[in-house]
Amino acid sequence: MSDLLWFFAISTCLKLLLIPSYHSTDFEVHRNWLALTHSLPLSQWYFDETSPWTLDYPPLFAYFERFLSIFAYLIDPQIVDLQKGLNYTSNSVIFFQRITVILSDSCLLYGVYRLTKDLDSRKRIFIWVLVVWSPMLVIVDHLHFQYNGFLLGILLISLSFLEQGKDLVGGFFFAVLLCFKHLFAVAAPVYFVYLFRHYCWCGLVKGFRRLLVLGAVVVAVFAVAYGPFVYHGQIQQVLRRMFPFGRGLCHAYWAPNFWVFYIILDKGLAFFLRKLGFAIQTPEASFTGGLVGDSSPFAILPQITPLATFAMVLLALSPCLIKAWNYPQPGMITRWVTYAYTCGFLFGWHVHEKASLHFVIPLAFVAVQSLENARHYFWLSIVSCYSLFPLLFEAQEYPIKVLLLLLHSIIMWLAFSAQFTKGEEAKAAARIKKKDEQLKLKGDSNRADKKEGFVIGGVEKSYLVGLLVVEIWSQFLHPLIFGDKLPFVPLMLISIYCGLGIMYSWIWQLRWIIRSPNL
Amino acid sequence: MERTKGRKVVKDKEVGDGDLCWWLVHKGIAASFLCIAVFALLVRAAISLHPYSGAGNPPMYGDFEAQRHWMEITLNLPVKEWYRNSTTNDISYWGLDYPPLTAYQSYLHGLFLRFFHPESVSLFTSRGHESYLGKLLMRWTVLSSDALVFFPAVFYFVLAYHLGRPNGHKTHIAWHIAIILLSPCLMLIDHGHFQYNCISLGLTVGAVAAVLSNKELVACFLFSLALNHKQMTAYFAPAFFSHLLGKSLRRQNPVLEVLKLGLVVLGTFALVWWPYLHSMEAFSRVLSRLAPFERGIYEDYVANFWCSTSVLVKWKRIFTIQSLKLLSLGATVSTCLPSMVQQIWAPSNQGFLYGLLNSAFSFYMFSFQVHEKSILLPLLPASLLALEEPFLLKWITLYALFSVFPLLCRDKLILPYIAVSALFVLIYYVPSGRQDRKETHSFNSFFTTCLVLCSVVLHIIYVTMHPPHRYPFLFDAMIMLLCFSQFMLLAFYTNAKQWMLMKRSVLLDKEKKLH
Repeated sequence: MSDLLWFFAISTCLKLLLIPSYHSTDFEVHRNWLALTHSLPLSQWYFDETSPWTLDYPPLFAYFERFLSIFAYLIDPQIVDLQKGLNYTSNSVIFFQRITVILSDSCLLYGVYRLTKDLDSRKRIFIWVLVVWSPMLVIVDHLHFQYNGFLLGILLISLSFLEQGKDLVGGFFFAVLLCFKHLFAVAAPVYFVYLFRHYCWCGLVKGFRRLLVLGAVVVAVFAVAYGPFVYHGQIQQVLRRMFPFGRGLCHAYWAPNFWVFYIILDKGLAFFLRKLGFAIQTPEASFTGGLVGDSSPFAILPQITPLATFAMVLLALSPCLIKAWNYPQPGMITRWVTYAYTCGFLFGWHVHEKASLHFVIPLAFVAVQSLENARHYFWLSIVSCYSLFPLLFEAQEYPIKVLLLLLHSIIMWLAFSAQFTKGEEAKAAARIKKKDEQLKLKGDSNRADKKEGFVIGGVEKSYLVGLLVVEIWSQFLHPLIFGDKLPFVPLMLISIYCGLGIMYSWIWQLRWIIRSPNL
Repeated sequence: MERTKGRKVVKDKEVGDGDLCWWLVHKGIAASFLCIAVFALLVRAAISLHPYSGAGNPPMYGDFEAQRHWMEITLNLPVKEWYRNSTTNDISYWGLDYPPLTAYQSYLHGLFLRFFHPESVSLFTSRGHESYLGKLLMRWTVLSSDALVFFPAVFYFVLAYHLGRPNGHKTHIAWHIAIILLSPCLMLIDHGHFQYNCISLGLTVGAVAAVLSNKELVACFLFSLALNHKQMTAYFAPAFFSHLLGKSLRRQNPVLEVLKLGLVVLGTFALVWWPYLHSMEAFSRVLSRLAPFERGIYEDYVANFWCSTSVLVKWKRIFTIQSLKLLSLGATVSTCLPSMVQQIWAPSNQGFLYGLLNSAFSFYMFSFQVHEKSILLPLLPASLLALEEPFLLKWITLYALFSVFPLLCRDKLILPYIAVSALFVLIYYVPSGRQDRKETHSFNSFFTTCLVLCSVVLHIIYVTMHPPHRYPFLFDAMIMLLCFSQFMLLAFYTNAKQWMLMKRSVLLDKEKKLH
C-alpha cells in the first residue's frame, strides 16, 4: 500500500503543478452545480436555468456537489452564489475545484488498491504505473476538468468485489455508480446477465431469494438517490435533463466512433450522386444538434434515431452477453465490462471522446495478463489518448499533452518489455548453472527478444507512424497550407483516424472474448 | 545491452520483488535516462504555467523582462552597440550585464520570438511587453535550452561517471539521474522565476563529464563557454584549474600540457569575445558591465558570510567598497586554497567533484555581490555527488530551497515550490529503491528532525504572519541565519571530506604496495 501511495503522491505533485492550466467550460458547469445545490432547495435543482449549464447528472452526483459546496462556502462564499458566481474565475475557485478533483482521486486509489492487492508484485506495479499515471486521466480530469477518476474508482471497487466473488457488494457499488453518472449504464446488461447467472442461478428457492436480495439492494440505492425527486413528483424532469436526446448523434467534436464513418459515407455518396446528375438536397439539420423529429441530417442514408443506436449497442454486446450467460466467471468480468464500454463508445448516441476513459482504464488490469493483451493495450491507449488531444487546443498546453503521451508510451514500452522478456529469461536462468549463466544468457535473451519479447506488429507500427503524420499535418502543415480555411478538416482527420483504431480494437476485443476458453 | 541484462538477472534476487522501479532500468542507462528526462521535461513544462518574476509589476518588472529586453536589444542593434549606453540602448534599464555568449543566445532566441510574435521584441515599443503568446514563447526558449544543453550534458556525465564504477546498481543510476534532472531549485528558478541557468550549468556538467573521461581539452572548451555564458560559473574555476593543473603535472611533459589547455581556453575566449577585441575601449566597456561593484557587497538577504554577519558587524558602514573588494577576494581565495592544494597535490575524479563543491561554497560564502540564486552553483556538484553523499544532497537541497523561498514568494511561486519540494522528497525516499543507502549522519537524527520542523514552522510564519513594524525583514533575516548556519556546517564537512579522501587513497596505495 505504501508503494502505491508513492506512485500516487508523484502524480499528485504533477497535478498540483497543473492547477493554473487551461480548463474547459466543464469547470464552470461544476461550479454552477456547486452554487445551484448550495443555494436552492432540492426541489428546484433540476428546474433551475440561471446558467446554460443546467444539472444533468443523476442525483447522487448532485448530492456530492452539495457536500463539496459546504467547504466551498467556507473558503469563498462567492463560489456558491448563484448569480454573482457566474463565470467566477478567481484563484480561490480554481484552487478549490482543482483540489477537490485531486482529493476525489483517492477513490481511484482505493479502487486500484482493492483490484491489485492479490496480484503478484510485478503485475501490481505495472497496473499502478498504467492507471495511477494515466495521461488520459490527467488530461480529462486535471486539465480539461471533470471527476472521472472518482467515478472510475467506484467502477474499479465494484469490479474488485465481483472478482473476489462478492457479487452482492459489487452490484451495490455498480448501482451507486449509476446514480453518480448514468453514462456508465452501458455495462448494465453485462452486470445483469453476470449477476443473474453467477449469483442467482443456484436452485430455485435459494436463487429466488438471492434475486430478491439483489433487487432490494439495487432498488434501495436508487430509492435513496431518486426518492426525494419522486416525492416531489419531478422524476420526469430529472430524466429529461439526464437524457437530452435532442443533442444530436455526435458531439461538437466527433468522437472517434462508428458514426463518423456513417456520416462520411453519407457525404461521399451524396457527392458522387450529385456528380452523376441526381438532384440531392443538402440537409439542413446538423449532426450535433437539433431536435430528433425535425429533419434528417443525412442526404442519402437512413436517419439514425436514439433507439437505433441503442439497438446497435445491444447487438454488438450480444456475443459477450451470450458468453457471460453460458460461462459466468469472475476472472472475465473486467474484460466484459470494458468490452461493453467499447461498444457503447462506438455505437452510442451523442458520445463524448472522453468516454474512451471508461474502457481504457479498466483494460489496464487485463493488459498485464498476457503478451497479446499488452500489445493491444499499448496500442489502444496511445490511440485513445491521442484522440483526447483536441480537448486541449490552446498553445500553452501543447507541450504538456505531447510530453504526457510520450512519457506514457515510453513507460508502457519499458514496463511491458520488462515483463515479457523477463519471464523467458528467468526460466532460462533457472535451467542453467550459475557459472556459465552470463555466457548462455546472451544467446537466450537474444532469442527471447526475437520470439517472445514485446514487439509491436507491422500494421500497428505503421498505424502509430500514421498518427504522427496526422498530428504533424493538423498542427503544422494544415495551418501553413490552408491558413484559416477549412478549420474542421484537422479535427475530422483525427476523428476518422482514431475511429479506425478504436474500431480495430473493438474487433480485437470481440475476437478475444469469443475465443476465450470456456472454463 | 546483453551484458546489462545478464547482470540484471544475477541481481534479481538482491533487488527483490519490492523494487518499484526495476522496469525502468532493465533496458539500460539510455532507456531509463530517456524516460526520466521526458518526465523531468513534463515537470518543467508544468512549472512554466505559473507566473514569472515581475509579472504585471511595472516599471522595472523582473528577470523575465530583463531577458526579453536583451533579446530586443541584440536583435535590433549591431553587435558593437550591445553593451554601450546610447540613445537606442538605455543601459540603466536592464542593460546587458552577462558575457557575450548570453548575448548571442539572446539573439538566437530573439529570432525565434520575432518569427512567431514580432511585437514582443520590437525596439522601444516592446518594453514591459506581456502577453499570452509572449510568455509562452519565452518559456519555450528555456524549455528547449534545457532539453538541448542541460539534458545531453547530464547524460554524458552519467555515462562518464558510471563507467568508472562498474559495480554500481542499476536502480541507483536511475535514482542518480532523477536527482540531477529533477533538482528542485534549478527547475524553479529557470522555469518559474525565469533564467537560463540550465545553459551555463549544462555546459559545466559537460565539462565535468569531459574531465571524468580524461578529455581535458574538451573540458577546457566547455568550461570556457560556460564562463562566457554567466560569469558566476567562475565559482567552479578554482576546482577546474587546480585539478587540471595537478593532472598535467603528472604527465610526461607538464609545460606542454598546461600550454595546450591554456591555448584552448584563450582560443575559446577570443572566439566569443571577437566583436569586442578590436579596441581596448570596447573590451573594457564590456568587462566593466560584467562586474557591477557599485551594487555593494551583498543584496537582499542572501545566506552568505557577509550578509549574515552584518547582523553583528556593519561591513558596509565600516569599510569602503575598495577595501571590501580586497577583503572578500582575500577571504574567497584563502577558503578555496585548501581544496585547490589538495587537487594539485593528488588529483582524483572523486576529489575533483568535492573540489567543485568546496570552491563553489567558498565563492557563495565570501565573494562580492552574491545573489540568492547563486546557491544553484554549490547545488550542482552536490547533486553530482548524490550517490556518495545522499545526506549532504538532501540537506543542501532543502536549505537551498529555503534560502530562495522569500524570492519565490515574491514571484507567487509558492504552489510550485511545495509541489517540487514534495517531488524531491518523494524521489529521495523512493521505497526500496536503495536499500543499501548509507546515510552519513553527521548530526544525530533528533537534531535534524528539530531543524526540519523549525524550517517548516518558519515557512508557515513567513507566509502567514506580518513581521513587526520595527523589523520589517525579521523573518527574512531568520531564514538567512538558519540557512547560513547549515551551509557553513556543510562547507566544513565537505572540505574535511575532500582531505580525508586523500588519506584513504594513500592507505589503499600502501596496502597495494605491501601485497
